[in-house]
Amino acid sequence: MTHLLDPQAAAADAAPRREPPPPFGDATRSEAAFRAFLHGLPGVDQVGAEARVGVLGTRSIKTTAKAWAIDTAISMVDLTTLEGADTPGKVRSLAAKARQPDPTDPSTPRVAAVCVYGDLAGVAREALTGTGIHVAAVATAFPSGRASRAVKLADVRDAVANGADEIDMVIDRGAFLAGRYLDVFDEIVAVKEACGEAHLKVILETGELVTLDNVRRASWLAMLAGGDFIKTSTGKVSPAATLPVCLVMMEAVRDFRAATGRQVGVKPAGGIRTTKDAVKHLVLVNEVAGPDWLSPDWFRFGASSLLNDLLLQRQKLRTGHYSGPDHVSVD
Amino acid sequence: MSDRLAVRKTYKLYVNGAFPRSESGRTYEVTDTRGHFLANAARASRKDARDAVVAARAAFGKWSGATAYNRGQVLYRVAEVMEGRHVQFCDEVAAGEGLSSSRARAAVDAAIDRWVWYAGWTDKLAAVLGGANPIAGPYFGFSTPEPTGVVAVLAPQRSSLLGLVSVLAPVLACGNTAVVVTSGARPLPAVTLGEVLATSDVPGGVVNLLTGDAAELGPWLAEHDDVDAIDLTGAPAGRAMELERLAAGSIKRVVRPPSEEPDWTADPGTSRLTPFLETKSVWHPIGL
Amino acid sequence: MTAPAQPSPAFEYAPAPESRSIVDIAPSYGLFVDGEFVDGTGEAMKTVNPATEEVLSEVAVGTEADVDRAVKAARRAFTRTWGPMRPADRGKYLFRIARLLQERAREFAVLETLDNGKPIRESRDVDVPLAAAHFLYHAGWADKLDWAGLGPGPRPLGVAGQVIPWNFPLLMLAWKIAPALATGNTVVLKPAETTPLTALLFAEVCRQADLPAGVVNVVTGAGETGRAVVEHADVDKVAFTGSTEVGRSIARAVAGTRKKLTLELGGKAANIVFDDAPVDQAVEGIVQGIFFNQGHVCCAGSRLLVQENVHDEVIARLQRRIGTLRLGDPLDKNTDIGAINSAEQLARIRELSEIGEAEGAQRWQPACALPDRGFWFPPTVFTEVSPAHRIARDEVFGPVLSVLTFRTPDEAVAKANNTTYGLSAGIWTEKGSRILAITDRLRAGVVWANTFNKFDPTSPFGGYKQSGYGREGGRQGLAAYLTGADSK
Repeated sequence: MTHLLDPQAAAADAAPRREPPPPFGDATRSEAAFRAFLHGLPGVDQVGAEARVGVLGTRSIKTTAKAWAIDTAISMVDLTTLEGADTPGKVRSLAAKARQPDPTDPSTPRVAAVCVYGDLAGVAREALTGTGIHVAAVATAFPSGRASRAVKLADVRDAVANGADEIDMVIDRGAFLAGRYLDVFDEIVAVKEACGEAHLKVILETGELVTLDNVRRASWLAMLAGGDFIKTSTGKVSPAATLPVCLVMMEAVRDFRAATGRQVGVKPAGGIRTTKDAVKHLVLVNEVAGPDWLSPDWFRFGASSLLNDLLLQRQKLRTGHYSGPDHVSVD
Repeated sequence: MSDRLAVRKTYKLYVNGAFPRSESGRTYEVTDTRGHFLANAARASRKDARDAVVAARAAFGKWSGATAYNRGQVLYRVAEVMEGRHVQFCDEVAAGEGLSSSRARAAVDAAIDRWVWYAGWTDKLAAVLGGANPIAGPYFGFSTPEPTGVVAVLAPQRSSLLGLVSVLAPVLACGNTAVVVTSGARPLPAVTLGEVLATSDVPGGVVNLLTGDAAELGPWLAEHDDVDAIDLTGAPAGRAMELERLAAGSIKRVVRPPSEEPDWTADPGTSRLTPFLETKSVWHPIGL
Repeated sequence: MTAPAQPSPAFEYAPAPESRSIVDIAPSYGLFVDGEFVDGTGEAMKTVNPATEEVLSEVAVGTEADVDRAVKAARRAFTRTWGPMRPADRGKYLFRIARLLQERAREFAVLETLDNGKPIRESRDVDVPLAAAHFLYHAGWADKLDWAGLGPGPRPLGVAGQVIPWNFPLLMLAWKIAPALATGNTVVLKPAETTPLTALLFAEVCRQADLPAGVVNVVTGAGETGRAVVEHADVDKVAFTGSTEVGRSIARAVAGTRKKLTLELGGKAANIVFDDAPVDQAVEGIVQGIFFNQGHVCCAGSRLLVQENVHDEVIARLQRRIGTLRLGDPLDKNTDIGAINSAEQLARIRELSEIGEAEGAQRWQPACALPDRGFWFPPTVFTEVSPAHRIARDEVFGPVLSVLTFRTPDEAVAKANNTTYGLSAGIWTEKGSRILAITDRLRAGVVWANTFNKFDPTSPFGGYKQSGYGREGGRQGLAAYLTGADSK
């Protein structure tokens, strides 16, 4: 077996294993049991999944439905900047955009959150105080996750201390693909504990898991470990969010709630740039998991350029004519 | 010429691997072309036909499920055993069809060779008649020929062995089982063929041979709901339309009779194979 | 946690109707004979939009005399133009027709939906593109028939009389006309009584393609018109798609003639779901299998055979999924389930459903408001169905699923094959060797493994047993329209 984590560090930090919620309490009693559980989930036929999203993609969302969808999508955006070049100034301007996405129309909803690296979470928190807009920080050696667990947990605690109330962690894809599912599970549990009150979004990085069977297994693993949201991607790996991946994740949260009573949110991130993409996702949420997920509490878009397209489309609906890129702000 | 008194054969039906007399107890006189007595043949009844269909249906699963390679060898074995009965077939064909011994020999030779020809078809059909379908989408598709099921065959009235083999062997090569009504007036080579089948490796019930009157038995077979196809080649004159109408009741595949009995020595191509095959098209997605 | 101002969590899709202004329906239509629209000699019939009961147009009812004119025109065309034509040129005409269908796709889709009641999503995404694909596919065959594996020098039969059903009016027309023309035959086509309009628009396409007069003739009408086509003495080939009952009478009618016959009849397909199936896709496949085109599909997966140990889970998922189907205006781009094609068909669906209930099966239908006008039946699932029930044996030809269970693969195969039909079947399992083993044992002409109700012109389609004989599509489908040493 490939050695990836420092076993001593893991042992030092290891919390007693938290049991998954009933009726799955036994699932993690051993590596073999957990593997049997995850591999016993129903398979996903890729072609069938693609055909399903293909049909959902033909839904024609017009007029009042489109207006509702655009506003809903805006309210679900985690407005994101995750660049090495990020500065407090950049984050402040993003926060301003989050508070008032379209200065020409105050009726435009606010976004759900601003998503930044942990060291800038404090800047975002300060800029968003009193708005109700969440501060999300990526952590756990984002985007690769290649660091010892102690470092990852320190990363999380640091981000929370800086004011993040949502943590977007990455799973250890190496461990997942090597079949060390309990390692991945334990790490999520540990991160969740380190989050304290902060909500935990678990990034599966589905572009590295490749198959939809893996997406389903990773989704269940993350939910069993206590993740509040499951998130497709870091945005640093291609492909990022795709409709078939989102379909499988929506099926997972739907089935998980039916089995345990606990609702988990979903966040596609990366690659969703147009209103049309966003509306397709909302149709998928509506028809696969159901309207209970059609709120920023349960569905988010991890995106940066999407917001401006939503605003342009919103202006078009309001004014009846097409708008242009100079009529929305550059972030 | 020996003055030994010959031991004559009792000609019976061949049903489900056994040689029963007709349940009706009926026989009829078979003569040579000059009217001399040859034998009393069993005259099959509708109940014999019914039993034959039951036997053929029961045998279908195993015969159609055998590998094509195996079926080919089993059929080739039939030709081997026929070869050993060459003299007997020649005598019966010569007497029944009124042929010279050399022409009778030629007919028997052709019949055995025809059987060998069809034996070699079993494991070629899928490649020649089936194939992969280049579907416009992420699906693998292929089509494969499969046997139709239980085939009723009204064998040619004139050509008692070559004609019989020419209609029966393709039915078997495809994996079907058969209920055959032999030539009415010239049934003896068919009964001998039954003995060949019984002593080769063809499972009982795969071939059932009924001697008797096609005009009497044909309607029962044409109307039988558990018969999947009917070959009317040997249908009595003027009866084919009625039989085809009866066959329509269960949507049977029908091979219509030619206007007159063909030259059985001609190359048959696949024209006697395709009527007794169904095409099955199978789809499966291609994905990770 | 204080969330930002939120819109109300209700995603109501606003109506998104496809415009019907693209189609121009004449108040009345004649017959298309010898390249011209001509008056029929019989009384006209009305064709209605089954979603609204609005009369769309009046259409001629072809008489024996009309059919005779059409057959004579087809014979002339066969002898003088189409038969002697270079095969490559015949192919080019088919390519032209395919392109015209693509160019006028929207128009065909809207007209099909108006006349048939099927959702515009299906006519737009399935019927019309597949119809064009059939012409494209067969166009290429026209000058390659020597390689079709039917022996050397296969020859056309002559005049083909073709009678098609109302469930896929344009697509069934394409399945019939494309192979007939590619192989050098000429055609007299009788569209279904309730859905004649796209066939008449197709006649217009034939004119735009400059197809020689008489190669394609369209004679509208009802059963008697179809009978006249089938029984006409100068027809060489009869092709029929429709019910097994009518198929039987056609087989009787052509008995004793030289007419070659192919039949594509009813079905009662088993859709077999094993406990290791990819369950969400299996549920989609069940839905697609029985609710596609309102279940007006001969190969519909009308018998769900589900492994007993996952019955409850599969049914719960299926019911949840059915609850998301959108029934209503067929022209609305978001409609999943359209109208039942006719009052007569609706009555049959109702009758069989009532029998199902009377025999003890449990009927389940989602809460579903039906439009006030038109012919409608909600998606329906019967559980606790026994193999002896009528709804497990008779073809309903509507959105009605009968659920049966099995415990072992042998039982699944035995129950799947326990029908007089043999058109199609489905298997859902992640185990490859099981797929192949079950496929091998199913007596059905099309087996969809981990998918359902998929069609392609390269894939031969047709039944075993009382689902008919002959194939449509693929190399095998050409045999129905050719004669030669090796074609049956």
